[in-house]
Amino acid sequence: MSEPVMNDAPATRKASSRNKWAAVGALGVAALAFLLITVSGIGDNLVYYWTPSDLQANSAKAVGATIRLGGMVKPGSISGGKNGSTLEFDVTDYKSSVHVKSTGVPPQMFREEIGVVVEGTMTEAGYFESNRLMVSHGNEYRAPKNGEHPDVKTLMKSTEGLD
Amino acid sequence: MVPLIGRSLILLSLLTAAAGAIVAFTAGSRRSVVGAAWARRFAYTYAALISAANFLMIYALIVHDFTVGYVAQVGSRSTPLWVTISSLWSSLEGSILFWGLVLGVYVFVATWSCRKHYPEHLPYAIAVWLATGAFFSFLLAGPAQPFHTVLNPPFDGPGPNPLLQNHLLMVAHPPFLYLGYVGMTIPFGLASAALLVGRLGHEFLKPLRTWLLVPWTFLSVAIVMGGWWAYEVLGWGGYWAWDPVENASFLPWLTATAALHSALVMERRAILKGWTVTLVMASFLLTILGTFMTRSGVFNSVHSFTQSSIGPTILAYLAVALIWSVIILAMRVDHLAAEGRIESGQSREGAFLANNLLFVLFTFTVLIGTVFPLVVEATRGVQMSVGSPYFNRMSVPIGVALLFLMGVGPALPWGRATKQQMIKALVPPAIGGVILLAIGFAVGARNPWTLLTLFFGGYTAQVTLKEMWRPLIQRIKGGAGVGSALVEGQLLRGRRRFAAYIIHAAVVVIIVSIAISSTMQKSKEVQFVKGQSATIGPYELTFLGAESVNEGHREGIIAHMAVKKNGKPDGEIAPRMNYYAMSKDPIGTPEVRTTLTHDLYLSIMNIDEASQTVGLHLIINPMVGWIWICTGVMAFGGIMAIWPTKSRRNEAILRDAAQARGGEAVVES
Repeated sequence: MSEPVMNDAPATRKASSRNKWAAVGALGVAALAFLLITVSGIGDNLVYYWTPSDLQANSAKAVGATIRLGGMVKPGSISGGKNGSTLEFDVTDYKSSVHVKSTGVPPQMFREEIGVVVEGTMTEAGYFESNRLMVSHGNEYRAPKNGEHPDVKTLMKSTEGLD
Repeated sequence: MVPLIGRSLILLSLLTAAAGAIVAFTAGSRRSVVGAAWARRFAYTYAALISAANFLMIYALIVHDFTVGYVAQVGSRSTPLWVTISSLWSSLEGSILFWGLVLGVYVFVATWSCRKHYPEHLPYAIAVWLATGAFFSFLLAGPAQPFHTVLNPPFDGPGPNPLLQNHLLMVAHPPFLYLGYVGMTIPFGLASAALLVGRLGHEFLKPLRTWLLVPWTFLSVAIVMGGWWAYEVLGWGGYWAWDPVENASFLPWLTATAALHSALVMERRAILKGWTVTLVMASFLLTILGTFMTRSGVFNSVHSFTQSSIGPTILAYLAVALIWSVIILAMRVDHLAAEGRIESGQSREGAFLANNLLFVLFTFTVLIGTVFPLVVEATRGVQMSVGSPYFNRMSVPIGVALLFLMGVGPALPWGRATKQQMIKALVPPAIGGVILLAIGFAVGARNPWTLLTLFFGGYTAQVTLKEMWRPLIQRIKGGAGVGSALVEGQLLRGRRRFAAYIIHAAVVVIIVSIAISSTMQKSKEVQFVKGQSATIGPYELTFLGAESVNEGHREGIIAHMAVKKNGKPDGEIAPRMNYYAMSKDPIGTPEVRTTLTHDLYLSIMNIDEASQTVGLHLIINPMVGWIWICTGVMAFGGIMAIWPTKSRRNEAILRDAAQARGGEAVVES
C-alpha cells in the first residue's frame, strides 16, 4: 500500500523511504524466523500413519517416533487387559504383524478380527507400546479379505475418536 | 414428482444466478440504474428459488418420500422429527443444498438492506454473490444432486449418521457454521465491489463492517459449539484437538477478527484500506478451503462423515476465487490509498497493527500445520498428520501476546501516547493481573504459561471493565442522571463500543478458562464391578449397575453411578452407550455434570450388562462451563453491535464520529 505524502520535504521523504526498507527487511527476517520455527515445530510433531508392513520397512525410524499403526487384531493374539493388567495383542495386515502392548482400558467393541488404530511408538525391545487404542467405527468399513492390503487411510477415517 | 420439481428448481436457480451475475456485473461497469434494479430482481429470484428447493427437500424428508435420492440415503421412518429435519444437513448433498438456502437468505437480506444506498457498489457485490450462488447451484445440479429419482424406492432408509443423531447440539452446530461460512460471501462481495469501484470511504465502511460482524458472530458461536459437541459426545474429555476440520473453521475466524480490528483503524485514521480488504477476501477464501477440507474427505477426521468426488470441483472453485481476488487486488488496490498515516507505534492504532500481524501469524501457523500433511501425501505418498503439540506450542505464545494486546490497545490513546499515558496504561491495570495471578497460584496453577495467561488476563480484564463503563461514568460526572447516562452512554451512542468491550470481557474469560482447563485436568480410567467405588477429586463414585433401555430409534445401556461429593450423597450420574437401528456399532454418550468451578465428566469405554461391569474414563475439567457461558455473552455482544440503529440517529452519530476523527478519543471509538 503506498502512502501519498504530499507536502514533504525531499529529506523526510528519503528518510521515510529508508525507514520503509528497514521495515521490509525486518519483516523479511521475522518471516524467515517464523518459517524456521514452524518447520522445526512440525518436524518434531509428525505423526506417521503406518501399517505393520510400513513399520517393518521403516524399523530404523520407528523407535521413538509417534506412529499411528493401523491394522486388524490377529485372531487368538489377545491377552491381558482385565483388572488393570497390560493388554497385549498383535496387529496385522496379513503380511506382517506387530506385537502391541497397550495401557488403558480397551474400548467397547475391541475384539479379534476388528480394525484398530493404536497410537504410540516402537520400543527397542521390538514391541509397539501404545497409550491410545481406537477401534474402527463406521458402517462402511469392511474387513479386508485374506491377502488383501487394508487401506490404513480408510481405516483411520472410520475410526472413532481420532482427533 | 418431487424429484422432478426439485431438479427444476435447482436448474432455475443456477440459470438465475449465472444470468444475474452477468447482468449485475454489466450494470456495475456501465453504472446503469436500470441494470442495477434488474440485478436486485435476479438476487431476490435466486433467493426464492433456492429456498423453495430447500423447503421441498424438508417436505420430502418429513413425509418420507423415498423416491427422492437424498431421502432414501439419509431418511428413516423411525427417527424423531428433529432428527428428520436436521437430516437436511447431515450428509453431503443435503448440506450443499442447505448451503444454498443460507446463501439465498444472506443475499436477500444484504441486497434488501443495501438497496437504497451504495448505487455504484451494490451491483458489483450482487455479481460476486450470485457468481458464488451459481457455483453451489452447479454442484447441486451435477456432482451433488440431492433430487435424483429413485426408481425402486425402499420402504425405509438408514437414517443419518448415528454420531449426528446422538446429540441436540448437532442440530444447531452445522447451521451456525454455515451461517458463519456462507456469510463471508457477503463481505467478500462488498470488498470486491470496493476494489472494482475503486473507493472505500467512510460511508461504505458501515455495510462492510456490519456484514463482516454478522458471519463473525455466527462463526464464533459455531466454533465453540463444535467444541462443545465434541466434548459432550466424543467422550475423550476435551473440546479442541486441532483436528483439520476444526482448524478449517478457526482459520477464517482469525482473519475475520483481524479484519474487524483493522476496519476500526481504517474508520479512525483512513489507513489500512487495502489491508482490510485483503483480510476480508482471505476470510472468504479460507471458508472455501474449509469447505474443501470438510467435504472432500481428504483428511482423517471425526468429521469425515461425507466423502465424495466434489473435492476437485471445490478446489477448482477455490483456485478461481483466489485468482479473482489476487487480480482485482493487484489491479485496483492503489485506488484505495491511505488518506492518513500512523503517527507513532505507541498508540492504540499501533497496538491494533501488532494485533493484526499476530492474527496473520496465527493464521499461517495453523494453515501450515493443517495443509502440510496434504502436501506431503500428494508429493511423496506418505500418510501422516501434524500432532497437536505443534499447534499448542505455536498458538499458546501468540494467544498470550494477543491477550496482552487486547488490554494494552484500549488502554492507549489514539495518535501518540505520552510517557505518562504509557505508564498509566501499563501500571495500574497490572494490579488486576497480580490479583488473578495470586488467585490462580492459590488454587494450584503452576504451569508457567497458565500463570502468564492469568496475569495478562487480569490486566486486560481491568482495562476492559474500566473502558466498558467509562461513558457512563463520564456522563454521571458531567451531571447526568444514572438512568439517562446508562441509556445514552451505553445503549444508544456508545453501543458499538459497549458491545465490543462485552465481547472482549467474554474472550478474556474464555482464554483463561482454556488455559486452566487444559493444564489442570484430572483424569483416570477405572474398571468397575457392580458395587465398586472409585474416587476422583472431591467425588466418590459407586457403580450401581448396568441397565438396558429401548427408545425406538435406538437402544442403550446405561451405567448408573451414585455420586458422593465431599462425603455427602449428591444424586446419580448415568453415562450410556447407544446402539442405533441401522448401525451395529455403539456410540458412547458421556455424562457431564457442570458446576461453576469444574465439570465432572464420565465416559464409558466398555460396558457389559450380563457381568454387570463397566470401564469408565473419569475426568475433572476445571472451568470448562465458562467457555460455553461466555460464548453466549460473546454472541450477545455481537448482536448488540449488529443491531441496526434508527437511521437518523445513526447519521448523527456518524457525523459526530467524522468530526471527532483524528481528534481526542471521545465516547465512541
